[in-house]
Amino acid sequence: MAENKFNTPQIREYPVIPALEKEATLHLAPFKSKEEFQSSLGYPGELVDNWQEKALDKMGDLLKKYRSLRVYLDSCMQCGACTDKCHYYLGTKDPNNMPVGRQNLMRSVYRRYFTLPGKYFPKLVGAQDLTKEVLDEWYSYYHQCSQCRRCAVFCPIGIDTAEISMAAREVMDSIGVGQKYCNEIIGKVHKIGNNLGLPEPALEDTLEGLEEDVVDEVGIDVKFPLDQKGADVLLVTPSADFFAEPHVDGLIGYAKVFHQAGISWTLSSHASEAANFGMFIGSYENMRKLALRIREAALELNVKRIVFGECGHAWRVAYSFLNTLAGPFDFLDSRYPVPQHICEVTNDLIDKKVLNFDKSANDDMTLTYHDSCNVARASNMGGIMGGQFSIPRKIIKAAANNYFDMDEETIKEKTYCCGGGGGLLTDDLIELRVKGALPRMEALKQVVDEKGVTHMAAICAICKSQFSKVFQYYGLELDQIVSLHQLVGNALIMNKKEV
Amino acid sequence: MSFVTILYAVLFYVAAIILFVGLAYRIYEYSIIPAPLKIPTPPAPQTQRGVIFRFFKEVVLFESLFSATKWTWLFSWLFHFALLLAAFRHLKYFTDPVWFWVSFDIVQAAGHYGAYVMIFGLLGLLGRRIFVDRVRYISSPSDYLILILIISIALTGLMMKWFQTDILAVRQFFLGLMYFQLSELPNDFMLLIHLSLVILLMIIFPYSKLLHAPGLFFSPTRNQTDTAREKRHISKWAREIEN
Ligand code: SF4
Ligand code: SF4
Repeated sequence: MAENKFNTPQIREYPVIPALEKEATLHLAPFKSKEEFQSSLGYPGELVDNWQEKALDKMGDLLKKYRSLRVYLDSCMQCGACTDKCHYYLGTKDPNNMPVGRQNLMRSVYRRYFTLPGKYFPKLVGAQDLTKEVLDEWYSYYHQCSQCRRCAVFCPIGIDTAEISMAAREVMDSIGVGQKYCNEIIGKVHKIGNNLGLPEPALEDTLEGLEEDVVDEVGIDVKFPLDQKGADVLLVTPSADFFAEPHVDGLIGYAKVFHQAGISWTLSSHASEAANFGMFIGSYENMRKLALRIREAALELNVKRIVFGECGHAWRVAYSFLNTLAGPFDFLDSRYPVPQHICEVTNDLIDKKVLNFDKSANDDMTLTYHDSCNVARASNMGGIMGGQFSIPRKIIKAAANNYFDMDEETIKEKTYCCGGGGGLLTDDLIELRVKGALPRMEALKQVVDEKGVTHMAAICAICKSQFSKVFQYYGLELDQIVSLHQLVGNALIMNKKEV
Repeated sequence: MSFVTILYAVLFYVAAIILFVGLAYRIYEYSIIPAPLKIPTPPAPQTQRGVIFRFFKEVVLFESLFSATKWTWLFSWLFHFALLLAAFRHLKYFTDPVWFWVSFDIVQAAGHYGAYVMIFGLLGLLGRRIFVDRVRYISSPSDYLILILIISIALTGLMMKWFQTDILAVRQFFLGLMYFQLSELPNDFMLLIHLSLVILLMIIFPYSKLLHAPGLFFSPTRNQTDTAREKRHISKWAREIEN
């Protein structure tokens, strides 16, 4: 186990709301982005001289561009309903990790400079100057929000702290204070096409390797095509799927599904990344540029459909934003939604009885399912209300015999984030990630103890990476997290005759 | 005309202008700021009708708050509901002839007892602010003061009953304000305090968190339909980036 400079939170038998510990995680600030990465994204390389003025200008600009920001900064009653809803608060006890506490870091500045009462009676309405200390607090706590929107579900006004975190990061970027992890990654995608910076030849090698593995394992020549013009489906998947466990087993699962259904498909080296970190930093422009790569690839490869692999926030950007950012997609086959989730594809094929399963192949596992926050609270599947909850569960139950849900209060729209979303999946924030995972770990431990659950399935690259890292801190094994399509791939009955 | 009458007439006109113009301006501001992306939270309706139903549940039942915390829900729902009852009762001061249903005994009685319920709910909210460490942490002075202000309005309103205020004259005063025919306001201590506090509330409304009332309807997580794939949603400034 990694060396601990902090204590892993105790799993509590009855989760109670912790008492506040002020500034418990003020020290948790991720590494700052270097000049070269800042400038490649169009931001200043270091804190600019007149940063205060620039930051306020940017805030004023965003207040005119995003209704959410303006309405949410105005409308909070400070009622406290959201205070115990954030996994980072529950895990760190830091009051600035209560959603409203986090919002107030920006709201206090908004009130000071943009509202009458804050201008004349700052103390009365909790307004404060934008000082260097406040900026440092912003940097820490706006990078302790995974933008999971759990708070927004419970807030009586629907105030979405993610909108405020994104705006805060955009403001900070614009004055030269960027986060290393996100901005480096975005730079790589702009340049190479994926988060890992995996160039085309390496990708091709990896895929060939996978083909060999599958032939060895099941004796069937399942293809992993790259840049194949005229394929029906362009598959856009998180780059973690290309090599890391358990992600890659998911990719093998998708390939088996396409193979068995006889759907021609391809990956693209130009759009070899489903993730869109532009969202995490609240930058419409960067998000749009990344999204356009997918449009370009679809046009270039002359495909008919776009399908996304298992990735939570990628699916948010795909489902909710892609049409806005890079649409209209009128050049694609109009019989299919654009884009589709791989789970929607598999689900349709199950309904049409094209896919059949030998469920016993997964009998060595007793499963539960982790609703990834961005899938659960920022997207849909199947065009039916709640499809994002029912479809993945339906697929798991079609492919495996043993399945149990976790506690009702921790799944579906009330799901807890894994603790590593929103651009926080970086080792410099490991303390935060471990602590933020607490509520999910508690719910998981409960079904492990009571139902004998052995594995948790997920459909998000960040969730999978995060869990395989933090499980060890809670006494679980890292391979207890599995890809949903890994289960599909295990149990799918394949036609041998096609070899 | 007494000085007090003129003073309160002027104050009411000023407060009414601040309240209505201020609120209208806020609503105008909110309505012209685009919501560039689709961000509805689940369960997200797919039709406009579904959105209306969602708001109905939020406004009438405080559904989200109910799922978040039962105590805050109880106190704030009681307060808001009782506020509505009290508002109905007060319509008799502003309608001529008094709307028939406003004069029903039950409406008048509900408005009266509503004041007690209001005070109960508000004290509950105040108690949470004082005793729950998380809520205390986020509270600024104005958060306490607004609660105290509304409690005081309800209390002074109730106390007028004991002071035998000439409510017919009060009604004449307000009708007079509405039809620009000023009439004498009874020079009654409790009444004047009650009215002063109401004036204060009207003035701070467009500058305070009381904006949550219009804010709710402009909240994109609640007012958007979940149709991102079906229909391209694009704001004006985003379209400009494209060109
Ligand atoms: S969006 Fe998620 S991480 Fe951010 S404050 Fe809300 S609950 Fe916490
Ligand atoms: S629940 Fe909403 S209104 Fe209440 S304190 Fe939290 S953000 Fe503010």
